[in-house]
Amino acid sequence: MDVAFIIETIIKIVVLLLVFSALAGFGTYFERKVLAFMQRRLGPMHVGPYGLLQIAADGVKLFTKEDIIPQNVVAPIFKIAPVITAATAFMAAAAIPFLPEFTLFGYTVRPIIADVNIGVLYVVGVMAIGLYGPLLGGMASANKWSLISAARAASVFISYEVVTGLALLSPIMLVGSLSLIDMNNYQSDSWMVWSQPVAFVLFVIAAFAETGRTPFHLIANDHEIIDGFGTEYSGMRWGLFFIGEYANMFFISFLTALIFLGGFGDGSFLGALALLGKVAFLFFFFLWTRAAWPDVRPDQLMWLCWKVLMPIAILNIVVTGFVVMFKG
Amino acid sequence: MFEAIAFYLFAFLTIAMFYITVMSKHALYSMTALAAGMIFISAFFFILGADFLGAVQIIVYSGAVMALYAFGMMFFDSTRELKEKTTPSLLVFGLGGMAALMTVIIVAAPIVSDNIAAAYPIVEGVGNTQAVGMVLFTKYLIPFEVAAVMLLVAMISGIVLAGKKMDISLTLVEDDEIPQHDKEKEKAES
Repeated sequence: MDVAFIIETIIKIVVLLLVFSALAGFGTYFERKVLAFMQRRLGPMHVGPYGLLQIAADGVKLFTKEDIIPQNVVAPIFKIAPVITAATAFMAAAAIPFLPEFTLFGYTVRPIIADVNIGVLYVVGVMAIGLYGPLLGGMASANKWSLISAARAASVFISYEVVTGLALLSPIMLVGSLSLIDMNNYQSDSWMVWSQPVAFVLFVIAAFAETGRTPFHLIANDHEIIDGFGTEYSGMRWGLFFIGEYANMFFISFLTALIFLGGFGDGSFLGALALLGKVAFLFFFFLWTRAAWPDVRPDQLMWLCWKVLMPIAILNIVVTGFVVMFKG
Repeated sequence: MFEAIAFYLFAFLTIAMFYITVMSKHALYSMTALAAGMIFISAFFFILGADFLGAVQIIVYSGAVMALYAFGMMFFDSTRELKEKTTPSLLVFGLGGMAALMTVIIVAAPIVSDNIAAAYPIVEGVGNTQAVGMVLFTKYLIPFEVAAVMLLVAMISGIVLAGKKMDISLTLVEDDEIPQHDKEKEKAES
């Protein structure tokens, strides 16, 4: 543990926080633009060129808005719930290799904060902890809609955590390691998505549920339960929920690209660019789906999880197990 | 040095969280503190180099068990303070705490002087996950399988208890087929 290592880690953490907080802001802009173009509108246009400064305007608004703590809420829990959402999203990022190793001024930088050898398990586990944000926020608010949303958050997260875990199990069986870097290196010949297409589809569907994106946007379903757990929130506390949600979308895109889509390949500059391209496409895919698909009902969501996805995931694991056992 | 700092930090945080869990009269505080304490415990596994167990601690206890607790909490008004029927007795608390401390000292004192030897030392060149798997599927295979059967029993009994009135799904039934209990109908019938 030398000083250089500690300084390097702190710099990495600060860079990660700054980059992904900013990207979360840009994510809202991208989302509005993409949705607008798909619905033959222009989206935000007035603030700055092509509405680019809309993010700054939204940021100023969120930061300067009065932070209201309504009557009858459990104030300490109510205040801490948005922080949990944002914090767990960034904690999960500690074990994700965002780029391959590169050398900067003769110093080798490894763009991963903690290279633990159980990377996948850690990232998925900590992302699942993100459920406490909506859950505690909803339960601490003295509001019926918030409570319904909290109940949905608990059921959706617990159910789809099962699908995520089972879907990831078959790639893990093939690779024989839980480290995301090992998974990336395993795919140097062919991408995981060709040998595990079922697991890929299951993981992407579960990713929509875990981030609460549109086909499964039941936790804060605007037209049904107002804003769910966010109903009583205002100002930056409400904004923190969104930073957490968008950061989670980016991190789960990185995870999908690293596990299934070849990651950064051999670690060259082109490979790094390819990783960013894949992540950008996966993020766009989230928005595309939102523009194209309606929401499902809560009971359909549970039906999909327990009666369709989970049996398929288990069958996939059994088949993969036989293949691994008999073919080597 | 950093390990020591991390250990004392997380030890303090864990004890503080579980203290809140036990002492708070507010169900929501207790639940949040218990979840936080479960996460802080995983830090000890990470400090000891048992990454796999640390991640499993986070997933199983905070992600699954505590979330189910929270789900049960939905049926209460968790924003109100609980009025407990029994008043806590300081004498019982003090004596119980002292007894627990004494037990720890009695059991731990003879071992502290010796160097504690691991029954299953870490194999060099083998990852954490593999090491856990090897011990689990050789030495502890039978307890592992029995635990699996126990969970299966719990699951089946849960389904049996919950599934008694689940042979019709209200979502699939048309609206007018659902038996209505509004007052107008009752009036009309009478």
